[in-house]
Amino acid sequence: MLNYIAVRILSTVPVMGIVALFVFILLRLAPGDPAAVIAGDYATAEDVERIRQQLGLTDPLLIQFFRWLGDILQGDLGTSIFSNKPVTVLIAQRLEPTLLLALTTIIFSILVAVPLGTIAAYRSGSAIDRLAMLFSVGGFSIPVFVLGYILIYVFSMQLKLLPVQGYKSPFTEGIGPFLSHIALPTLTLSVIFIALISRMTRASVTEVLEEDYIRTARAKGQSELRILLRHALRNAAVPIVTVIGIGIALLIGGVVVTESVFNIPGLGRLVLDAVLARDYPIIQGLILFFSFVYIFVNLIIDLCYTLLDPRIKY
Amino acid sequence: MTTILDIQDLSVSLPPGGDREFAIEEVSLTVDSCEIVCVVGESGSGKSVTAFSVMGLLDRRALNPVAGTIRLADKDLLTIDDRTLRQLRGERVSMIFQEPMTALNPVMRVGDQIAETLEIHTGLSSTQRHARVLQALADVQLPDPKSLAISYPHQLSGGQRQRIMIAMALILEPKLLIADEPTTALDVTTQAKILALIKQLQSSRGMGVLFITHDFGVVAEIADRVIVMQNGRIVEQGQVDHLLNAPKHPYTRLLIDAVPSMTPPERRHSNDKEALAANRIHKIYGKSGWFGRGRVVHAAQDISLTLRRGETLGIVGESGSGKSTVARCIMRLIDPTSGEILIDSIDIAALRQSELRRFRHQIQIIFQDPYRSLNPRRTVGDSIVEGPMNFGVAAVEAWERARELMETVGLSAESLSRFPHQFSGGQRQRICIARALAMKPRILIADEAVSALDVSVQAQVLDLLDDVRQEFQLAMLFITHDLRVAAQICDRIMVMQDGQLVERGSTATVYANPQQQYTRELLAAAPGRRKFPQKVG
Repeated sequence: MLNYIAVRILSTVPVMGIVALFVFILLRLAPGDPAAVIAGDYATAEDVERIRQQLGLTDPLLIQFFRWLGDILQGDLGTSIFSNKPVTVLIAQRLEPTLLLALTTIIFSILVAVPLGTIAAYRSGSAIDRLAMLFSVGGFSIPVFVLGYILIYVFSMQLKLLPVQGYKSPFTEGIGPFLSHIALPTLTLSVIFIALISRMTRASVTEVLEEDYIRTARAKGQSELRILLRHALRNAAVPIVTVIGIGIALLIGGVVVTESVFNIPGLGRLVLDAVLARDYPIIQGLILFFSFVYIFVNLIIDLCYTLLDPRIKY
Repeated sequence: MTTILDIQDLSVSLPPGGDREFAIEEVSLTVDSCEIVCVVGESGSGKSVTAFSVMGLLDRRALNPVAGTIRLADKDLLTIDDRTLRQLRGERVSMIFQEPMTALNPVMRVGDQIAETLEIHTGLSSTQRHARVLQALADVQLPDPKSLAISYPHQLSGGQRQRIMIAMALILEPKLLIADEPTTALDVTTQAKILALIKQLQSSRGMGVLFITHDFGVVAEIADRVIVMQNGRIVEQGQVDHLLNAPKHPYTRLLIDAVPSMTPPERRHSNDKEALAANRIHKIYGKSGWFGRGRVVHAAQDISLTLRRGETLGIVGESGSGKSTVARCIMRLIDPTSGEILIDSIDIAALRQSELRRFRHQIQIIFQDPYRSLNPRRTVGDSIVEGPMNFGVAAVEAWERARELMETVGLSAESLSRFPHQFSGGQRQRICIARALAMKPRILIADEAVSALDVSVQAQVLDLLDDVRQEFQLAMLFITHDLRVAAQICDRIMVMQDGQLVERGSTATVYANPQQQYTRELLAAAPGRRKFPQKVG
């Protein structure tokens, strides 16, 4: 087991390397010269050339790549062109709201979707099942920003239950304000997630309920609720966990939109601002950061498999 | 002796639109304490529906009891509420199933699965439960209960898993045990041991057992009383000796006659020319990890054989013996690690895939499960002509031959346009034979080709295989775990165990005078051997 974990962690190294290479190439291929951007509209050709030299853009690409890679390994993602602050600092500043929004979304989604999918599977063909699946199709279809504005309209403007937008940190401003501010963004972001997870749960549990060991459990006199909890869900878990992992990738896209709709100062907003301003070091740093998060999540999920199913051996 | 289970006039309806209205109709039977009642029948006879009705485990979407009573412990199981029924399950009546691998939860330790029954029905503490579990494991004669209790099902053998099922079913000492084909999925030697175990536990605890089986050999081993079912109705019942020796109903006679005899009939010795020779085939499965080598399995070691035209060579052995590995190596469905496979002095084991292709039509195979070996989305005709047309036979010619072959295997040429699901298991296996023959092979491999079939159908398919062997002068390699079947069709046999050859010789010689201990054990374990001594040929 330890052996497997070690191998699995080591194998993320080449993946990270390839991701870094792609990010590097991507930005060299993108139109526009960072030196020209920095120099501004009124710079002379000499100014631009001087900045190019300063930035090391005149060196061969390979040398540039390894210098960049070396910087990254030392924890230096570069400096923002506009704010002139280190990218790592910018990311660290914006990390908390995004991380907490992602966390509340995942927890809320799992808490809703898994029971929903399980009930739909158990009562397959019933009204509950149809309603759940209708909701699921709807959840897939509705764009995140449309849903966000609908929720703001209903809960904030009409019912006046929750604040319209903004973010309050639970660490400095208390858990109450945090929850009331994070509720609508979480709900907005969760809908597509719930749709995805509940569908997979339903499919997986439906299949497991046909298995012989479910019949064995009934033959022992076990109650239906415990059969679902103890025998069905554990066996249905692997595909569900997989789809949760895939969902986290989707979440990154959703965060950008949601944070804009609700005006949350998180990484999603940082992405948007950086792209609009063509602040290449930030974009580069964020892509790397998100890739790292995604690879890390996948690692955790792979390790979960071995815990969930003793037959999976590596 | 008291009556434990009393079923009266039980009818269970099928969903509308089926080939009959009831799955079982007016079934009445009783099980007393201290007796084993066998319900025998082929697939579709309603024997399992009867068993599941008692447990209340019928799939209510399709099957509904519409008339009759099932009395157990002074209660009518058809009218009590779910809660009471759940209390009876596991405590008064419990059940063991055919496939112990799938009947156990794969992600739960077996000890916990046994303890679950105690958790549901008793107020024992977890320490007390653990002690009871260890005792139960010892009762079913499993070695080292402590370490076994913390194993997962996939870490155990088939026999051990079935013992776990039995321990689980009997831990609360129920009055009635329902056993649904509990030994069908097991090897013969394991089957014999499990049957002995069930019999021993039954008599020491004074239980009643309702034992479902399709095999009269098993009936002869274990039953006190026998009930024969056909098409949802009981056609005959009686004491075991009486019923086996003087069956009244024609269907009972048919089933008893269909049990293949252990005495091989007289067979001709083939001196025809050699169709295939395999020399020192070796197959190693193993994986090497990043850190050193993993487990290595010698699936087949040093196996040599020759196959003449017009003869049937049997390879018999239990699961894991390597018999299928040898067959698949010979077909090059898997690549042997070393060794030669000679057809016309060409070593096909050494050929590359592209060169191998022109030899493919010479060796054809029929698999065990006819339900899964035909593409459900293609007509049987399409399946049959596909092979020849891949080898350049014109469509008209291929279809003409397909029509002829359907007649050869006893089906009508019109059914070529139908789909596999429209045929019964036996018919599908005939189609698989036709498909294999369409390639005009010289060598036919039958890998457990009759194991999934009902006994009466089994006999017919065996006859068909023997006929086509003669008609087309085929060299046939017959892989089976069933010694009774092997006795009937093989000219020569090879006995394998753990990837190695144990014994070989003409079928008659090996059966009459086995040289090796393992062969003797296998022959002795064949069910019903002692009760059917009169059966010859």
